[in-house]
Amino acid sequence: MTATTTGVGEVLARCRAEGRAALIGYLPVGYPTVEGSVAAMRVLVEAGCDVVEVGIPYSDPVIDGPVNQEAMSVALAGGARVDDVLTAVEAVRDAGAAAVVMTYWNLVLHRGVERFAAELAASGGSGLITPDLVPDEAQDWLDASDRHGLDRVFLVAPSSTPERLVTVTTACRGFVYAASTMGVTGARTSVDSDARGLVERVRQVTDLPVCIGLGVSTRAQAAEIAAYADGVIVGSALVRTLGGEGELADRLEALRTLTAELAAGVREGQR
Amino acid sequence: MTTHTTDSAGTDDLVPVEVERPGRFGAFGGRYVPEALIPALEQLDEARQKAAVDPEFQDELARLHATYTGRPSILTEVPRFAAHCGGARVLLKREDLNHTGSHKINNVLAQALITKRMGKTRIIAETGAGQHGVATATAAALMGLECRIYMGKVDTERQALNVARMKILGAEVVAVEHGSATLKDAINEALRDWVTNVSTTHYAIGTVTGPHPFPEMVRDFHKIIGEEARAQVLELTGRLPDAVVACVGGGSNAMGIFHRFVGDEGVRLVGVEAGGEGVESGRHAARFAGSSSTPGVLHGAMSYLMQDRDGQTVESHSISAGLDYPSVGPEHAHLRDSGRAEYRYATDDQVMEAFSLLARTEGIIPALESAHALVGAMQVGRELGPDGLVLVNLSGRGDKDMHTAAAWFGLVEEGTQ
Repeated sequence: MTATTTGVGEVLARCRAEGRAALIGYLPVGYPTVEGSVAAMRVLVEAGCDVVEVGIPYSDPVIDGPVNQEAMSVALAGGARVDDVLTAVEAVRDAGAAAVVMTYWNLVLHRGVERFAAELAASGGSGLITPDLVPDEAQDWLDASDRHGLDRVFLVAPSSTPERLVTVTTACRGFVYAASTMGVTGARTSVDSDARGLVERVRQVTDLPVCIGLGVSTRAQAAEIAAYADGVIVGSALVRTLGGEGELADRLEALRTLTAELAAGVREGQR
Repeated sequence: MTTHTTDSAGTDDLVPVEVERPGRFGAFGGRYVPEALIPALEQLDEARQKAAVDPEFQDELARLHATYTGRPSILTEVPRFAAHCGGARVLLKREDLNHTGSHKINNVLAQALITKRMGKTRIIAETGAGQHGVATATAAALMGLECRIYMGKVDTERQALNVARMKILGAEVVAVEHGSATLKDAINEALRDWVTNVSTTHYAIGTVTGPHPFPEMVRDFHKIIGEEARAQVLELTGRLPDAVVACVGGGSNAMGIFHRFVGDEGVRLVGVEAGGEGVESGRHAARFAGSSSTPGVLHGAMSYLMQDRDGQTVESHSISAGLDYPSVGPEHAHLRDSGRAEYRYATDDQVMEAFSLLARTEGIIPALESAHALVGAMQVGRELGPDGLVLVNLSGRGDKDMHTAAAWFGLVEEGTQ
């Protein structure tokens, strides 16, 4: 391992010590270009993101809504590769935040689970979020993440049974990703009330931090969730901002503004 | 799971066989889906296992097959076509004569019954050629379920007649414009719908792929094809066939007819994939033949998958929308790797030749999907020679493909369709 890994668990613990939730921002590598996406991730860190969720564009992103899917299509059409993700991870780490990769499982499988884990650790990545890999199918990844000291973040959902919550959270390291609602990614006007109940249910079975994702787009929503969750994950709203009309420099500024708003939101929601 | 063994006399002895892990076929299968769907898959698995031993469910399904589907489907011997198959005797299992025109109705009637047993009121499905979509819309109409069908935009255009049929049956048809706008993208969209509406909705996957229990469940709802065919062949000829041939997209009709013969070691199981414009062209759906095809995960299952150097899905191509899919059912992957079944492919040119040949020699117009199996039968028949006996699953009828065929053979002037 050549890089110094910033563990997402450490970052969340630091935020918890400050009495606030963490802000976790998602962007896919390669959107609008590889260089543009790396610049955008740096902006996220500068404007207040504690953790950056680095997405790998994928041809069949079944849990992503139209905004993220379109961004991934643009990235792939522009030639984005899995290799580029490691570059982005290094950039996020150098900017001072924890980088956790969000990926559909086939991309890791195809590269080789052991190879991917070794490369991610070497580039300073904290770990993986795997939306289509449940612990039941993840033995190779559980072993590799142990060998390389990587976090592994699995998802829980409002539909998860008490037994499933135990199964999933037992396998998690770093944090637990709680999907706020049944559905795909995308900004919503209100975050489902299921989210609070789900966080309470997760807390009954684990001491790991619980972060809420899917649907968050505004400062007010961030503040609302920060009152009861350890982290607020924002994706589509950032992607949409980055994908607006005009020069990239202007869009990066808009991204900076939105991120700063969300960062203020998580602080307003102090417990 | 049970399978069966058969002695040379063809008696039926069902023998339980242990599987390594539920939902796995060797290294293939599994359940690679968002956590949000796991409870629904567990509910489905429990419901279908209860149904499998519930006489009431079995009686209802049998009644529907007898009075609605038109089962048992007949066996047709095709001697004039067989003259082009090395003189081997060729028998067609006529799934094309089922209500709605293909084998697909076997599966959806059963899944619709299970939908109702689970207390769900809405059924969704994906479709490529439209056969599964039409069958699902039909079952939904019959049983009073709300129905939405996802179909790639490209496929809605080449299968416009089936789109109209689905709408007449009361289904909502959603044209998917993402990606390659074909079957795989329709599945993506159906999965998104299911994640969002899983409390009220059942996703009736149309083939033997997807997360466990779908590959096993869909196969079990189609195994009636092989059970009937095996008994019919024995009655007609006094022996088992030398080869059973079927086309393989996702692979549901093939698994349906293969399953009852897996234990018959002397019977060759031959799957025919879509070779499209030729495997070397890159425009094909031959998952077992193409150099880009290696084991991977798509749509919830581990199987052979056409993918690029990063693991991104490579777009497939076939003249038949129903075979235009970059992966294949995991049980086929296992049958292939274990050597129990053999897979070959037919190009679009070969398929259209076989399509025309069956029409002109026997008065039967097959679906383009099924015409792939006919190419396989011609090849296998020539390998077997005059003493050979080949059973072909004619999985669907060709009405839906008239537009494509008419254009291919130059039977219509441009702009008249």
